[in-house]
Amino acid sequence: MTTATSATTTAARTLLDRIWDDHVVRRLDDGTDLLHVDRHLVHEVTSPRAFDGLRRRGIRVHSPELTFAVVDHIVATSTDRTDGTNPAGLPFIQMLRRNCAEFGVTHFDIDDRRQGIVHVVGPELGIDLPGCTLVCGDSHTATNGGLGSLAWGIGASEVEHVLATQTIRQRKPKQMRIRFEGKLAAGVSAKDMILYVIGRLGTAAGQGHMVEYAGPAISRLSIDERLTICNMSIELGARAGLIAPDEATFAYLSGREFAPSGAAWDTALAYWRTLRTDDDARFDRESAIDCGKIGPQVTWGTSPQDVISVDEPVPLPSDAADPVRRAAIERALSYTGVTPGKPLLGQEIDYAFIGSCTNGRLSDLAAAAAVARGRKVPPGVRAMVVPGSTQVRQAAIAAGLDKIFIEAGFEWRAAGCSMCVAGNGDVVPPKKRCIATSNRNFEGRQGPGSRTHLASPASVAAAAVSGRIVDVRTMLGN
Amino acid sequence: MEKFETLTGIAASLLQENINTDAIIPVPWIVNYGRDLGQGLFGGWRYDLAGKENPDFVLNRAPFRQAKILLAGRNFGCGSSREEAVWALLGFGIRCVIAPSFGDIFFENSFKNSLLPVAMDATDIAALAQDPKFAAEPILSVDLRQRRVGIPGGSTSVEFSIAEGRRQALLSGLDHIGSTLVYSADIAAFQAKDRPRRPWIYRPSATKAG
Repeated sequence: MTTATSATTTAARTLLDRIWDDHVVRRLDDGTDLLHVDRHLVHEVTSPRAFDGLRRRGIRVHSPELTFAVVDHIVATSTDRTDGTNPAGLPFIQMLRRNCAEFGVTHFDIDDRRQGIVHVVGPELGIDLPGCTLVCGDSHTATNGGLGSLAWGIGASEVEHVLATQTIRQRKPKQMRIRFEGKLAAGVSAKDMILYVIGRLGTAAGQGHMVEYAGPAISRLSIDERLTICNMSIELGARAGLIAPDEATFAYLSGREFAPSGAAWDTALAYWRTLRTDDDARFDRESAIDCGKIGPQVTWGTSPQDVISVDEPVPLPSDAADPVRRAAIERALSYTGVTPGKPLLGQEIDYAFIGSCTNGRLSDLAAAAAVARGRKVPPGVRAMVVPGSTQVRQAAIAAGLDKIFIEAGFEWRAAGCSMCVAGNGDVVPPKKRCIATSNRNFEGRQGPGSRTHLASPASVAAAAVSGRIVDVRTMLGN
Repeated sequence: MEKFETLTGIAASLLQENINTDAIIPVPWIVNYGRDLGQGLFGGWRYDLAGKENPDFVLNRAPFRQAKILLAGRNFGCGSSREEAVWALLGFGIRCVIAPSFGDIFFENSFKNSLLPVAMDATDIAALAQDPKFAAEPILSVDLRQRRVGIPGGSTSVEFSIAEGRRQALLSGLDHIGSTLVYSADIAAFQAKDRPRRPWIYRPSATKAG
């Protein structure tokens, strides 16, 4: 659909060019490059057919030492969970266990201390590294780009291809850079930054592109926050998003379980320091964002691009000149049942969900807990905190966050994808309204007929303890 | 992989923009292992919450229950990487989707399963849909050899572009994995050369199990 352009023909190279060039096994005559895959992450839902395919061909996993598997999508999040707590998940849990044992793949099973959402686990274990190519059968794989890797989501057939060959055939994408200038206001977070960009550029803006996020406001972000930014690249339409690694990245990785150590660390570090975009490198598309203009974002519709600042009015269908867009707005308003022309402030909610690969890391839980502390979820609202990984859960307990949430009336659950993808029994019932830190507000995403508002962890916590959508900036500093 | 050369059949229209893969195949069908994905195609729109067919939805109406082609709005197949979206379309009997643009992962997945995604300007799609012959009998003919979509017996015919490598793969029914396994020696050579250059990639620290 899109083809590579001239970005590599000059001497100046982008970060993506550098990583790409270092991974070309062979240039193929069908217009693709055969790229080496350094890290392949596998989860239970998109892998069964791929392993079956290997069996049919009678071949092994090409490089099992570069392949890591984890259960996340369909695992129950009750704290006493077993394989069968979510009955529909049982065959997936068993298939992944059997496949990893048979093919010699490292597997973080349901009771492993390293289990968690695949895109939380990759960075936190140091499996994801700057400059590596990383793929996974999941569209939010771009999360990993927050460490400076080239990471993208693939389909099940490609999972099989990578298992079989440790390579992937890829057309070089176009390249886009989004620069974040200025300073964020209090109460505004990385999640608000990326939602704001998606709202301005649209959910198809990154189609055929990979995106580099840059600028002073990106450099100031913590690694958790960078992972949040890159996570939602797919909601911008881009398969991959990445941020150049810096000292914060290296400090984050040091001592992680699968990160290099000793002499290997020093060699890696010297290489990682070369991973940057040249000042005169050209992009196919560039955008600049003034962070000072970003308020707390909340979605009103059924696409991540249907997003506004919490104090702005929900659009009117008549705001759109294009009839297709107008029809989409009408359809979204009818589905979510919000009032056009009025802000979302005061909109009552039934559910609040804090978690997911977008916002399930320790700093996300800390931001939510800072708002929830000393407040109470009102009757009639169900609020859940689902840590992104078992390690995040343990760290949160060590920091006392679990007590804050429990005292405020939140459910404190075990790690998994949970109510983001609603494949594990954690669902929002029909017509019920949920404010969520996850990444998709599609029709039926959190369960058939469910209504979703996407927001930051602080905004979701604020809504949870208020029973309605509020401006988190009015609740700071308690 | 099955070959794709030509296809003639009923074409259903679903001209909304940003139809995501959650809409194409909702999660309940995916996590119910072994369930017929064709039954679940557009499940949230095709059935009401009690599971009863919604008579207004295009694929629940004659002759579109037999649709082989889908006309859609821009950014079709955005969102989740789930290849089940392609499998659900195929399970229903749809082998070609014509839209102004596609989500990148869906687009890639289609070619791995011999489902042809035709990227065509919205004005050309409208010209096909508004042809009187098509309005009377919604049948389209897709010819990948000639890169054309037309109306059998009608006057409208539109040429489309497609990467030549992708076209050849569909025409020949290429085995994508088999065709890469041919390069096994190149892959081994790459790893052998890369290992001393980036040793940390090939030796993830092994630690005891959790």
